[in-house]
Amino acid sequence: MTDSSRSAPLFIGAAVACIFGFGYTLSLIFYQTPLSAGPLYFNQKIFYYHVPCAFMLFLAVIICGIASINYLRGRNQKWDDVSVAAAEVSVVFGTIVMVTGVLWAKPAWGKWWVWDARLTSALLLWMTMIAYQLVRKYGGAGSERLASGLGVFAMVNIPLVYASTRLWKTNHPSANTVPSLDPSMRAALWFSVLLFTVFFILLLRLRIDARRAERRLYECREMALDAGIIE
Amino acid sequence: MDFLRYVKTLAWKDVRVEFRSREIIYTMSFFAAMVVLLFSFAFSRQSATSSEMMDVSDLSPGFVWVAVLFAGTLGLSRAFDRERETGTMRALLLAPIPRAAIFLGKSVAIAIMVLVVQAVVVPLVALFFDAPLFAHPLPLVITLLLGTIGFSVVGSVFAAMLLKAGSRDVLLPVVLYPILVPLFIAAIKATAAMLDGSLEDCWFWIRFLAVYDTIFLIAALWTFESLVIE
Repeated sequence: MTDSSRSAPLFIGAAVACIFGFGYTLSLIFYQTPLSAGPLYFNQKIFYYHVPCAFMLFLAVIICGIASINYLRGRNQKWDDVSVAAAEVSVVFGTIVMVTGVLWAKPAWGKWWVWDARLTSALLLWMTMIAYQLVRKYGGAGSERLASGLGVFAMVNIPLVYASTRLWKTNHPSANTVPSLDPSMRAALWFSVLLFTVFFILLLRLRIDARRAERRLYECREMALDAGIIE
Repeated sequence: MDFLRYVKTLAWKDVRVEFRSREIIYTMSFFAAMVVLLFSFAFSRQSATSSEMMDVSDLSPGFVWVAVLFAGTLGLSRAFDRERETGTMRALLLAPIPRAAIFLGKSVAIAIMVLVVQAVVVPLVALFFDAPLFAHPLPLVITLLLGTIGFSVVGSVFAAMLLKAGSRDVLLPVVLYPILVPLFIAAIKATAAMLDGSLEDCWFWIRFLAVYDTIFLIAALWTFESLVIE
């Protein structure tokens, strides 16, 4: 209890910073960066949110994998909380990546979806993390072990998936339509990455705290039941 | 080597149990054959100009591996269900043998069953779709073997983990397939390269399969111990 209440001002501060930061990215993206020349024109703007979210997806999966390894080693519930939180956050960012990616791909490539290595591996990663959620939800007792196993395997799988999908399609679609970046565009992108990282950490911390509170509540209930205070 | 003896004993136990009832092998093989048949209904069609059937032999690597993957998943969950029903898994875990040996014994037994299924599916696909699958026997056998090893290693880990979980029949493919995708791609690519006669590509994918198998064998041996605790 003390732990989360002490860090509450920090949370609120980070949340407020995120809100203002988001507003600032909007201004950066719409007023300070040039419109993309060529067929993309306005659609190129989605890139400033798409790319940071993709980074966060990979970061979340790696955090989930490392936390799972630690959990399997020592059976410390703290690590399990981290891995659950990271997995949930990864699904959120994965969904943003997929939606923004599809919206961008239609004007850029003329198709909603192409089987490019980056697309395929992000899709698979996202699917794996959804599988993680399914296991958690429907696995019943002992599902945290199974889910941790999946987390470890998912992390190990990242390079293999990327390698296999990159080699799978040799007729690479023109993935280099992303124009060479203007300095102001680069600044906007990095600011956006920073923003999403803060946002990511915030979400992760909130989820971890929620998990902890949930477990503590459960323990208290058990204790109260044992003591005969409640029925 | 005591360890290898344990593995052999455990694998032999499973194989013997299986060959007495032949339950899994028969159902798996029939199912795989049925999948191949469904593929032929789905993809064989007449060409627009003549009355001849269109050639779909270039799709046959996909037919082989999808059939094997589906049938293999069926076999996996059945093989582990049998252990659960009779309480064998608990007895095995109580036995004074390393957990890794239990895991490897199980994987070897699964691999043998999958190989039997492949022995049915591959000739069947070659027959139905007129695919020259047997043109290069050595790469074919190696690809099938490596694909089977990878499948049974990863499959055994997840099936063993799911032993106690609720709704394990649905969850097994859910967790298994995303992890198996690189293996699946590599196996299909290797088989397709074989059909095209580009053996260099084929060996490249075979090496990829070997890397996949090694990585996941290590990961599985490392995690199995902590994953399966009663």
